[in-house]
Amino acid sequence: MANVGQTEARPARPAADRVVLPRWLRAAGQTHGAVIALLLLVLFNAIFTTNYLAWSTLRVNLDQVATIVIVGIGMTLVIATGGIDLSVGALMAIAGSLAPLIFDSDWGPLDRPWVGIPLAIVLPILLTGFLGLFNGFLVTYFRIQPIIATLVLYLGGRGIAKALSDGILLDFNNPSFEYLGKGRPLGIPVQVILMAILLLIAAWMMRSTVFGRYILATGGNEPAARLAGVPVSRVKLAVYAISGLLAGLAGLIWAARISAADPYRAGEFMELDAIAAAAVGGTALTGGRATIIGTLLGAVIIQQVRFTLISHNVSDGTTRIVIAAAIILAVLIQRQREQ
Amino acid sequence: MTARTASQEPTTSGWQQWAAGLLRQQGALIALIAIFLFGVWRYGENFTSEFNLWTLLRNNTYFGLIALGMTFVIMTGGIDLSVGAVVALTAVAAARLSGEGLWVAVAGAIGLGLGVGLINGALIARFRIQPFIVTLATLLAARGGALNLSNNASVSIDFNSNFKDLWRTNVGEVPLPVVITAFAFLLGSIALNLTRFGRHVLAIGGNEEAARLAGLPIARTLVAVYALSGALAGLSGALLAAQGNTGSPIAGIGWELTAIAAVVVGGTLLTGGRGSVWTTLVGVLLLGLIFNELNFERGKGTFELTQYWEEVIRGAFLLLVVILQSRLTRRASASTT
Repeated sequence: MANVGQTEARPARPAADRVVLPRWLRAAGQTHGAVIALLLLVLFNAIFTTNYLAWSTLRVNLDQVATIVIVGIGMTLVIATGGIDLSVGALMAIAGSLAPLIFDSDWGPLDRPWVGIPLAIVLPILLTGFLGLFNGFLVTYFRIQPIIATLVLYLGGRGIAKALSDGILLDFNNPSFEYLGKGRPLGIPVQVILMAILLLIAAWMMRSTVFGRYILATGGNEPAARLAGVPVSRVKLAVYAISGLLAGLAGLIWAARISAADPYRAGEFMELDAIAAAAVGGTALTGGRATIIGTLLGAVIIQQVRFTLISHNVSDGTTRIVIAAAIILAVLIQRQREQ
Repeated sequence: MTARTASQEPTTSGWQQWAAGLLRQQGALIALIAIFLFGVWRYGENFTSEFNLWTLLRNNTYFGLIALGMTFVIMTGGIDLSVGAVVALTAVAAARLSGEGLWVAVAGAIGLGLGVGLINGALIARFRIQPFIVTLATLLAARGGALNLSNNASVSIDFNSNFKDLWRTNVGEVPLPVVITAFAFLLGSIALNLTRFGRHVLAIGGNEEAARLAGLPIARTLVAVYALSGALAGLSGALLAAQGNTGSPIAGIGWELTAIAAVVVGGTLLTGGRGSVWTTLVGVLLLGLIFNELNFERGKGTFELTQYWEEVIRGAFLLLVVILQSRLTRRASASTT
């Protein structure tokens, strides 16, 4: 019922002003466009990419998709409230740069690994969670648009990361910390296990908890949600904080995997990947509708596009151009669905 | 309604409103003058030397140009996150074309920037995708294009060509880049204040639905605005290549933030519908002056400040300004309703 009312309230737009996609493309987008796209990618690789169906290839792919998914979960929640978080990549860089400062520190008790390592994981995540809360505070209390509010840390945050590691790539050698990105209990990468757990929690939360309903209500129609007694500000604070926490975790995994804090490359363009994953998966960029499993699907598709291009020796530059075009196309299809 | 206004009268006194209004409209200019005077007082001759002041102006021309384009974009209620990447792309293009002479290189850079801007505008206006997503994607694509065009390395300019004159020529006392930028701002101001295009830009930012119902050419205006932003970023890229004698595919990272900060500090509303070209110029000069004085302070040995903190300071500066703007606008709208 509420849905019907919303569509009617929207003023009709003159057709001349917007371009409508061909019907087959719209239909594909409306039904199972993302699944079809993924199947095509897999089929293409199975035929044309050597060793694609090997277990090691799958593991590499899963490895790389995990960080996108983890950040994408937070991004999906933020987008569901009608917001956006451009700071996630920079927050990843901050977490990755802070961790080695803690576990490589000679100061007092940090020298002992059973103190240093847990703290090197907990403190960076807490810091990025706090920075996420700060984003949420700007959005709710100061009512600054999410794009601008998170743009502050999008650039400023990378500056903080560079200042933390003195602007250089900082190598480290610490097997216990690197377990976060290289460990393989039962042959499965640690980050994939973390990703699966977080996916389950997030999907359950969106489906079965009051908080999940609140998120969708906030994004669907904020004034109505407010009138209905939804604590809109607190919901927004929470989703930005969650997005920050998850970005911090992803940043640690990223650093652990390459055994270095790289303030330039860590999480570079991650905000775009995460937004695209959500959009491709079927989360409405205008808020109010979200799917966690869709975000997983979207992240896998983006990663597969990149994998396909790179394994066929397409240059880094061209890969970026193709990914950009794919993102625009995905958002375009998503947009047609919204109208 | 009248009763409510009357009851509000005693709570906000006249001079408070006047001060808030002055701060909102001329806050950036007041800050600029204050910071300039502070520089004169603290750093004396070195600061007021012709060399320092012309260098300060010249080194902010490329920020000025992209901020000018960003002003128009933001006035329509949009945002252009691709400008930094377009600067890198066009700087590489200008360096590659520099052998063909100054005019070809500059025209090539502007043309390429214009092309990216047209793509942005078309996707935003025709396909109705949110500006930040479109321009974030073209940011990625332009960086990719810059990597391809440069074979992943910096491209040196041709030293036999006259391309380097773009940065080094003086018109009388005034460096050529400063002349170009001043001229661009003059044209921008005329376009905004005296032409139908300018009125359409403000109308769209004020209320797009109303502008649409009034029959204004929304799509065309939006395309023009993003194309302008792209073209100015192209000119900015040409200047950057001429300054450093190279085109680097990793140049211009984060410049979009500097441009947005300059626009906002000038008082242009991020929600669109209001703004001025000259206040953006004030915003650019203010940011430039702050970093100039930080350099002097570093020279005095007051503190060690690595360049990485500059990004943090720029971010903090934008933060401060948007918070102030949000406070002042809310107060203004509270006192007028």
